[in-house]
Amino acid sequence: MLSGDLIRLTAAELGAAIRDGETSAVEATQSYLDRVAAVDGDIHAFLHVDADAALEQARAVDARRAEGAELGPLAGVPIAHKDVFTTRDMPTTAASRILEGWRPPYDATVTERLRAAGLVILGKTNMDEFAMGSSTENSAFGPTANPWDVSRIPGGSSGGSSAAVAAFEAPLATGTDTGGSIRQPAAVCGLVGAKPTYGGSSRYGLIAFASSLDTPGPFARNVLDAALLHEAFSGHDPRDSTSIDAPVPPVVEAARRGDVDGLRVGIVREFAGEGYQTGVLQRFTEAVEVLESLGAKVVEVSCPSFRSALAAYYLIAPSECSSNLARFDAMRYGLRSGDDGTRSAEEVMALTRAEGFGPEVKRRIILGTYALSSGYYDAYYGSAQQVRTLIKRDFDAAFEHVDVLVSPTTPTTAFPLGERVDDPMAMYLADLCTIPANLAGNAALSVPCGLAPEDGLPVGLQIMAPVLADDRTYRVGAALETALRDRWGGDLLARSPYAV
Amino acid sequence: MSAITRDEVAHLARLSRLALHEDELDRLAAQLDVIISAVAEVQEVAKGDIPPTSHALPLTNVYRSDEARPGLAPDQALAGAPAVEDGRFRVPQILGEEE
Repeated sequence: MLSGDLIRLTAAELGAAIRDGETSAVEATQSYLDRVAAVDGDIHAFLHVDADAALEQARAVDARRAEGAELGPLAGVPIAHKDVFTTRDMPTTAASRILEGWRPPYDATVTERLRAAGLVILGKTNMDEFAMGSSTENSAFGPTANPWDVSRIPGGSSGGSSAAVAAFEAPLATGTDTGGSIRQPAAVCGLVGAKPTYGGSSRYGLIAFASSLDTPGPFARNVLDAALLHEAFSGHDPRDSTSIDAPVPPVVEAARRGDVDGLRVGIVREFAGEGYQTGVLQRFTEAVEVLESLGAKVVEVSCPSFRSALAAYYLIAPSECSSNLARFDAMRYGLRSGDDGTRSAEEVMALTRAEGFGPEVKRRIILGTYALSSGYYDAYYGSAQQVRTLIKRDFDAAFEHVDVLVSPTTPTTAFPLGERVDDPMAMYLADLCTIPANLAGNAALSVPCGLAPEDGLPVGLQIMAPVLADDRTYRVGAALETALRDRWGGDLLARSPYAV
Repeated sequence: MSAITRDEVAHLARLSRLALHEDELDRLAAQLDVIISAVAEVQEVAKGDIPPTSHALPLTNVYRSDEARPGLAPDQALAGAPAVEDGRFRVPQILGEEE
């Protein structure tokens, strides 16, 4: 097959072509490596690409097939891996100077499971430092561009992963979602991105930001591919004490089924109005009408506490981050600065952390330390935890009447690079609609629902479902995808300047 | 009223082991003031006897069985260390001269 044809295939099709011998894992991997070499100078999706290691993994898949082994659905399919997951054979930096060049002595569970499924890891993708941000501009190693318009942000924190998939540098990518870090970049890059139920995918070997919220999840160009990847790396992990000991929800079956007849869909009333771009609301409303035309029963639902979710999140997440990032102490691994023999360990620690962390990470460590200080603890961290209870109650009440909730994934399309870097609150607003699902632990998914008329940039629709009902988000996502594809006469991504 | 002062930021930086520059303290004090004023609304909403939620899922701690499992070999554990001496992490002075 020609290289351009190979990278146009869906991940499911590519896996099938490799199994059937129509192409090889090596051929597929080489095609994607060539694509990375051709376009990543413009996009900067990757922090590290290891062509030799990728081809070696691909050869191993081809060898297993030659021996007659049965290959899984994604064996031999290349993937871009967010640089927040540890990898034994590649540097892992979380896009921070403090970890520059670090080679972990172990693989994350997600990494292990990608390898076990025969996925070929092309390299590690750029991100906001320690996953703190919504634009990937907080990377210590330079920003990533949105393939739809290289002067705009690819979303964040998993912006390298979203840009890689949108620019056809990989058919699949991993991400992590703490407040929207998969769904928001998926939305602004015209992709499918899922935040599984908290505890549904393992945090072992994921460099921690906010441990009660961090959730690994998939990026793909279509719903079925996202489901296949979701299934490949999810499931119980005894090495993660918050991992749920239950079967993975039947996401692949749901993505194949893709019907919404009789399904009760609730529109979150609070996620509209001021601050929402007109074209985003227009595409969202049209998509809801499509669901209705497919047989869904659509009602409006009020979740009043969602209005306070952003505020609660920006107390809870920085609090957890200030504690988690204490491990970067310049003693056992990573950067050490100012150790000239005259300074104490404490002074070296403070100098190293000041030099190794970027502005947003420092801001959140200080904010979290403040929120957890005695005297302020009850007023800030304590109140935020109470709001978290109210948000869970709003979800519970809503799911008594509807099967899923829907909203725009983000209030606006991709904003220009540089526009919000000096205005933290404006940047935080990008996660307005995605945060409630993190605070309550629910399953959520973003699917493309069109291009905003005013700027021609992708709009995402978010589907939220109860804990461990991830399959419902895929069911709705697949139904919408099929209907919209008919309306558009093909894939949305085909209209991107980086389409192949 | 300002929610957070420059001196408070300097104190928080010491607690967080961050040797911040003077200009960073000024910038952070202004930014944190804006952020804290914006997030303080949680106090309006969270009233009364609403129980706090620290975690999305109701979990009870589970201990694994006490069986020996292979861990990292010393050379693997030391591979990323900034300084190593005699198979150990070498760290700067921790205690004062007289201690």
